[in-house]
Amino acid sequence: MFGQRGSSRSRVALAGALSVGLAFSLTACGGDDDSGGGSTDTEASAIDCAPYKAFGELTGKTVTIYTSIVTPEDTPHKDSYKPFEQCTGVTVKYEGDKAFETQVLVRAKAGNPPDVAYVPQPGLLQQLVATGKAVAAPQETEANVDRFFGKDWKAYGTVDGKFYAAPLGSNVKSLVWYSPQEFKDSGYTVPTTLDELKTLTDKMVADKKKPWCAGISSGEATGWPLTDWMEDFMLRTAGPETYDKWVKHEVPFNGPEATAALDAVGGYLKNDQYVNGGLGDVKSIASTTFQDAGLKILEGSCSLHRQASFYAANFDKDTKIAEDGDVYAFYLPGKDATTKPVLVAGEFVLAFADRPEVKAFQTYLSSDVWANTKAKLSSGWVSANKGLDPNNMKNPIDKLSATILLDPNATVRFDGSDMMPAAVGSNAFWKQTTNWITGQDTKTTLDNIEKAWPQ
Amino acid sequence: MFTTASTTTDKIVQMFAAILLFAAVVGLILFIAGRFAGKRDRTVAYLYLAPVVLMLSVGLLYPGVRTIYESFFNAAGDAFIGIDNYKTIFTDSEQLVVLRNTALWVLLTPFVATAVGMLYAILVDKAKGEAFAKALIFLPMSISFVAASVIWKFMYEYRPDQGNVKQIGLVNQVIVWFGGEPVQLLIDSPLNTFLLILVMIWIQAGFAMTVLSAAIKAIPDDIIEAARLDGVGPWGMFRFVTLPAIRPAVIVVLTTIAIGTLKVFDIVQTMTGGRFDTSVIANEFYSQSFRSANQGLGAALAVVLFVLVIPIVVYNIRQLRRSEA
Repeated sequence: MFGQRGSSRSRVALAGALSVGLAFSLTACGGDDDSGGGSTDTEASAIDCAPYKAFGELTGKTVTIYTSIVTPEDTPHKDSYKPFEQCTGVTVKYEGDKAFETQVLVRAKAGNPPDVAYVPQPGLLQQLVATGKAVAAPQETEANVDRFFGKDWKAYGTVDGKFYAAPLGSNVKSLVWYSPQEFKDSGYTVPTTLDELKTLTDKMVADKKKPWCAGISSGEATGWPLTDWMEDFMLRTAGPETYDKWVKHEVPFNGPEATAALDAVGGYLKNDQYVNGGLGDVKSIASTTFQDAGLKILEGSCSLHRQASFYAANFDKDTKIAEDGDVYAFYLPGKDATTKPVLVAGEFVLAFADRPEVKAFQTYLSSDVWANTKAKLSSGWVSANKGLDPNNMKNPIDKLSATILLDPNATVRFDGSDMMPAAVGSNAFWKQTTNWITGQDTKTTLDNIEKAWPQ
Repeated sequence: MFTTASTTTDKIVQMFAAILLFAAVVGLILFIAGRFAGKRDRTVAYLYLAPVVLMLSVGLLYPGVRTIYESFFNAAGDAFIGIDNYKTIFTDSEQLVVLRNTALWVLLTPFVATAVGMLYAILVDKAKGEAFAKALIFLPMSISFVAASVIWKFMYEYRPDQGNVKQIGLVNQVIVWFGGEPVQLLIDSPLNTFLLILVMIWIQAGFAMTVLSAAIKAIPDDIIEAARLDGVGPWGMFRFVTLPAIRPAVIVVLTTIAIGTLKVFDIVQTMTGGRFDTSVIANEFYSQSFRSANQGLGAALAVVLFVLVIPIVVYNIRQLRRSEA
């Protein structure tokens, strides 16, 4: 029957029809990427092009970016590249992907990395550098970082003494959200020490309130808000030096300092009188999404919610976020009013190519010019760039974050779980603290995390 | 060209390029095969087989062997550690929970789903409105696992019992109507695993019902009539006539669901993210490989899953052949 020429034509047609279906399913797997050139109206004014002329003639060249920043935060990013594009004639191609954290490593290993990746975790940054595909930052970028960023920030982008990645955006994690109206009506004052925070909480309990609300549910990342809680308390009860050692595993994860820190968190979150305002008992922390938890402040069933500056995005547009508005945040105080430990997070710009246009773009991103351009375009965005003018920020919470970040007395420390090996920082730490909130004791929890630390 | 498409136009162009490429390859094969037309030897067979063999070795054989190889290496994949990864899977307390859950899934889902499907098929057989009744139970089949999980997440949703707070989950609302306290359904282990299994059964019962209903309809009427004349009751009819007649179909359904269940990932990932002791092998494999950066353990879990599926697949194919013969 193979010889029947007549039927082979219909078979080709059938095969073609089948292949349409196949091709559809193939293309459906493709990433959701979009090019940099979007809207045309930009507030960004022209910038001084001189620093980028040094990289030679770049017109017609392309730089690709791969990042976890997706809609709607990607628009201000793309718009903030326009002055650079106008100066140099370079096209910046932006690709946002929610699965960035897992995919970037796969792409780097497979030899298909982007020109530039925005890496949100120093731990991941080290893994990426270990693939051997990343390239060190150019001198011009390093000079910018030395000028505009603190030493801590430069250190997070440095691997084995070599500087790779300049900081991009940052956020402040040591914030407690509250209702200014409620504070005014009930005569509460913003606490300036940890003891005052405790007193305030007890006062609220005496007023027949469940003061705190918390939620840690976040899909496969469930548990991460608890790691922030623990890090914030570790930084306060054990001090920044011990915190650094703990993050680098120079002191054991289950040592006395860590035990004290987690127990201090337990004093709030595992206390049935303190939680979970408007959401249930202690266990309900595990099933409440982190996005939902703080919204109870607006309903009046919760008074305090510890969450990073980016939580501002979870309130709907009509909510006034300001010191005299519906909701605002205060700095989670230190042990005393003089020490100001701040837990922060942010992204870093790692390059996988050293073409002149890539170098020029890295240099642009590390400049004060870009930071101010970006700040003008977006809401809910800050940077640790010292050249950033707080007046360029529209949002009061951004101003607050910038003030905290740039305070010379602040002891800034990066989110520890982002710096630990992935087996701990994005697995055991999340999982075990989740178990802890649903009933597991502190010792078992910390022992299990210690056990998971790669040998 | 498959990594650079950035606009919709690019993607459409790419799609047509892919279709053309595929059609060209198929055309080429047919053309070459046509050259050999008339020769009744094995050359033609080999020609047709070649692309399949090639693609299977690139897309299946090589990754499979590579995964087995990697399962003997450490987290970073640069040091040989023998069978340590397998030891971890069978001794570590967390991994044992994963194995326990996988066992629960594989034991419960196929049998319960098949039983429900069969009962339903028998009940609605030749009844009024059979097509509509069948469509009802078949509908969940057409929903993706992730969508089904989201639906059931709402079913199980918990709101505290605090005066003005209203339940939004159906299950807890029913509990409250009967005077009970709302329960954190997805948090309490091992109850949560059973509740996740229920979602899978909800989806698969329709599949079981469809296949078994067709098998029941294929039983020759004379056998049924003969049994009736012999005075067989409803239970006897099921036990001695229906069940033996549809046995091959039952086994195919059981094994097919069992294979699907072993690979279950979406439901666990969507509903609990593997937290609260609900993780199963496929989910743990993903989280070890991609989130925890433990390539070796991830590969070992994949191998364990592979080994567990093989006997069921073999049995399934054998039964399928026998029922076709």
